[in-house]
Amino acid sequence: MNDVRYSAPNSLDEASKAMMAAGGAGRILAGGTDLLVQMRSGMQKPGVIVDIKKIDEMMSIQDLGGGSFRIGAAVSGALIGEHKALKKAWPGVVEAINLIGSKQIQGRASAGGNLCNASPAADSGPALVAAGAMLTIHGPNGRREIPVEKLHSGPGRTTLAPGEILVSFTLPARPKGSSDAYLRLIPRTEMDIAVVGVGVNLTISGGKCTAARVGLGAVAPTVLLVEDAGKALVGSSLDDAALEKAAAACRAACKPINDKRGTIEYRTKIAGVLLKRSAAIAIERAKGN
Amino acid sequence: MSTGKYKWIGTRVDRPDGADKVTGRARFGADFNMPGQLIGRVLRSPHAHAIIKSVDTSAAEKLPGVKAVVTAKDLPEQPNVIVPAGEMQVNLRDITRNILAREKVLFEGHPIAAVAATTDAIAKQAVELIKVEYEVLPHVIDVTEAMKPGAPVLHDHLITEGVKPAPTKASNIAKRMDNTKGDFEAGLKQAEIVVEREYTTQAVHQGYIEPHATLASAAEDGQVQLWSTTQGHFQVRGFVSRLLGIETSQIRVTPSEIGGGFGGKTVVYLEPIAVRLSQKSGKPVKMVMTREEVFRASGPAPGGTVRVKLGAKKDGTIVAAECEIALQAGAFPGSPLGPACWTSFACYDIPNIKVVGFDVVSNRPKVAAYRAPGAPISAWGVESTLDVLALELGMDPIDLRLKNAAKKGTKTSYGPTFDTIGFVETLEAVKKSAHYKTPPKPGYARGVAAGFWFNVGADSSAASHVAEDGTVTVISGNPDIGGSRASLALMAAEELGVDYSKVRPIIADTSSIGFNFVTGGSRVTFATGLAVVNSVRDMIRELKVRAAKTWGVDPDAVIWEDGVAKPAGSNVGEFEPLTLSQLAATAGKTGGPINGHAQLNAQGAGPGFGVHVVDLKVDRDTGCVHIDRYTAAQDVGTAIHPSYVEGQIQGGAVQGIGWALNEEYIYNAKGRLDNAGFLDYRMPVASDLPMIDALVVEVPNPHHPYGVRGVGEVPIVPPLAAVGNAVARSINIRMTDLPLSPPRLSAAIDAATPKMAAE
Repeated sequence: MNDVRYSAPNSLDEASKAMMAAGGAGRILAGGTDLLVQMRSGMQKPGVIVDIKKIDEMMSIQDLGGGSFRIGAAVSGALIGEHKALKKAWPGVVEAINLIGSKQIQGRASAGGNLCNASPAADSGPALVAAGAMLTIHGPNGRREIPVEKLHSGPGRTTLAPGEILVSFTLPARPKGSSDAYLRLIPRTEMDIAVVGVGVNLTISGGKCTAARVGLGAVAPTVLLVEDAGKALVGSSLDDAALEKAAAACRAACKPINDKRGTIEYRTKIAGVLLKRSAAIAIERAKGN
Repeated sequence: MSTGKYKWIGTRVDRPDGADKVTGRARFGADFNMPGQLIGRVLRSPHAHAIIKSVDTSAAEKLPGVKAVVTAKDLPEQPNVIVPAGEMQVNLRDITRNILAREKVLFEGHPIAAVAATTDAIAKQAVELIKVEYEVLPHVIDVTEAMKPGAPVLHDHLITEGVKPAPTKASNIAKRMDNTKGDFEAGLKQAEIVVEREYTTQAVHQGYIEPHATLASAAEDGQVQLWSTTQGHFQVRGFVSRLLGIETSQIRVTPSEIGGGFGGKTVVYLEPIAVRLSQKSGKPVKMVMTREEVFRASGPAPGGTVRVKLGAKKDGTIVAAECEIALQAGAFPGSPLGPACWTSFACYDIPNIKVVGFDVVSNRPKVAAYRAPGAPISAWGVESTLDVLALELGMDPIDLRLKNAAKKGTKTSYGPTFDTIGFVETLEAVKKSAHYKTPPKPGYARGVAAGFWFNVGADSSAASHVAEDGTVTVISGNPDIGGSRASLALMAAEELGVDYSKVRPIIADTSSIGFNFVTGGSRVTFATGLAVVNSVRDMIRELKVRAAKTWGVDPDAVIWEDGVAKPAGSNVGEFEPLTLSQLAATAGKTGGPINGHAQLNAQGAGPGFGVHVVDLKVDRDTGCVHIDRYTAAQDVGTAIHPSYVEGQIQGGAVQGIGWALNEEYIYNAKGRLDNAGFLDYRMPVASDLPMIDALVVEVPNPHHPYGVRGVGEVPIVPPLAAVGNAVARSINIRMTDLPLSPPRLSAAIDAATPKMAAE
């Protein structure tokens, strides 16, 4: 009873085939920090576990130049945090991924797993949405690319088709004067899950904001790209009025629920507070770039 | 610290159990295994309140690998008799129903049946095959709701105790308790200022990192062996004996190392079930709770409501004090109502006191003891209201407390008159501390609160054995939850005048030492310490007899000093002192092994007082609290091992801070617990807090040879109000409902600042 088969293929084609063969009973294993916990608690009862850590493409970070990076979906948070060039180019993305779990968890947990677990509160989500990350997906019918905000269809659900595997995410090249930041609110200082998470990615040129994207987590069934917040910042000198307009856009975008982690009112208010605070950090960083 | 006076007491030696714990060799509850053991699992109620119409275990019994199934039918009915359980009282009729539900399930997670199977997977599958037919009843979670007429009644037989004339109808109010001193109403008339506030607190879990675990082995001849993680293996033995009808001496309970208890491991949940499963299957049965089971079905501390009214003169003299408390007992009567009432004003010398308490049942797990049971809840009300008074009078909060502080000779509202206590000394130590003399950093505010705990004595036994080489074993029977082995060994070394490294303390099972009351009530270093000291003295008496025999003199002519026997004076004769090892080497010729024994019911436990100071900042945008500095001062009598005294003070303070800031049980509309895990039941993590400065004050307890007072419970009493008072001074809003979580603080700030709320 409860037999689980384990395979660790060397290629994405094999992994995809193994997932297809397993029907609905297959689960991808990267760091396992979600899957193993869910198996222990009885939430997940997989028939086949496909370990993707032997697939080179999923375990490597490529510097594509100009601030662009392709990061394998199974690369651990610890390795991402230790990648100096990546950290310098995308401090917001790295700080978000480095908030996933404790030091020990960081040694295994991957950003790809965090995305595919599809929690609206996942820390990687808002930062990668703000970054404009593109996902590379490998499936039985070949490869496709989607923007990260198209991955989630609801809490715990993704748009991945049967046999499809998230291979990597690519962060785009950005002009000089760009940076990003991620902030989340948790009642504690560690070992917690975001009540609200906000990622801001912006470019400043000649004292004006020339590009801005805002990602918002834990306030709706999926991570949100708040286009109105970005628009409020672009063209402005990032003054208080522009930041307040962006904060208002974040509050308006919220569709939260009342639950054990916070009320609708609280989450809505905090979305605005964190927009201002994370934008302030991103602005400081961008000025130094 | 006790420098100079003693050689060993007051030193920071390595703890005897330390190496095993840091290397992973120590065995905790779930580490005990036996060949051929089965795994036991429990079926629990999904409903908060329901009649059990039927339980059908036939499908589970037929599953291959299942060796036994038990339900309440396998436990004998119990009389309506109240027995002590640690610092709490339990009714046997109720406790058997708490272990396995009979007529009704009374909370989500209430056990209904249990199975033992060859593997955990089979046991889990078997649990799912048990069919229970329920008639779901309306439920009530909140204590105020449960007291209202028309609330769903949990127990048809429950008539409120302590009310005259006795009510004729059953209700959820199990008991009313009154205690008074002087005349509150008359006192209030003399007051020049009156302040009154109402408060609430939420249920909080003890949060021990180790879940409940046990291994039971019942033999064909009737003998039962148990390994259990518990604060009282004699208590486990007693409960298993009474609940299963097994003679006490047939049961041998060995305590494991304990991964935290804080009062919550003074009751039994799994042990009687494991023993019955073992008896039915003929195999050893191991049971370990999951964290979720720990949250849903093991005792939290109660939440409650507290109303406090204080009348004072303009100079701060309190002339009248009133406190009304209603506590959640959980599914069965028996919250720590007495201690909550009695401790409420114990810090203060007030002529007129009125305290009224209510013990209220509702559809929650039955509460268990948690560090100074009841006291933090009443102190939250009293110490917060004192802060209101201090602010209105414009008085320093320490000065207000000094003005009214209890001293030697103060008569308490619950009866006793204090002997030597150290509350004034503790307040003064805080006043003189570097922390209190330094203003809070800009943007931070300071809160102060005090707390009291009785500390208890009770029954202890101890033995001391001299080994053949002259080293010493000290045997006692209290699980070590706070460094007590080190403290007991230090006292034994001091008494005997030998090196600490020559004394090995061990904790014996229930068949290897006489009875010991639970590790609780901050009693072990005091009471079991006294038993150890007495057993060493008994051993010294015997050592003197042996020396006298060796020298051919009268035992009265021998003294014991610095670890050796010496002639009492020159008139006795010229003899070289005899060491322990010399006396041990010749013991065979002088009368056989050299041991000492002691048993006692320890009287004169010294009450403990603590005063905490906290500097914190509230982020007005988010409601998040940042604690910058925290000092916890306490009169500990004598710090036998200062590191473990400080550890107790720090640990208690941290648990109290968690209680104040984030910890709470969150129930959904169906009466099910929504946060049964450490993610959403938020205890503080290390990065949340600064180092807690423990300020140790030593006013020795005159009723102990080394002046010991209990330490472990006092430090959880002040933090709730200390944090609340600092928050009130930070945001100018008196928060009365715990926890002071970010959403709650943020909502209060927004309500007080209309502009922000409208934003």
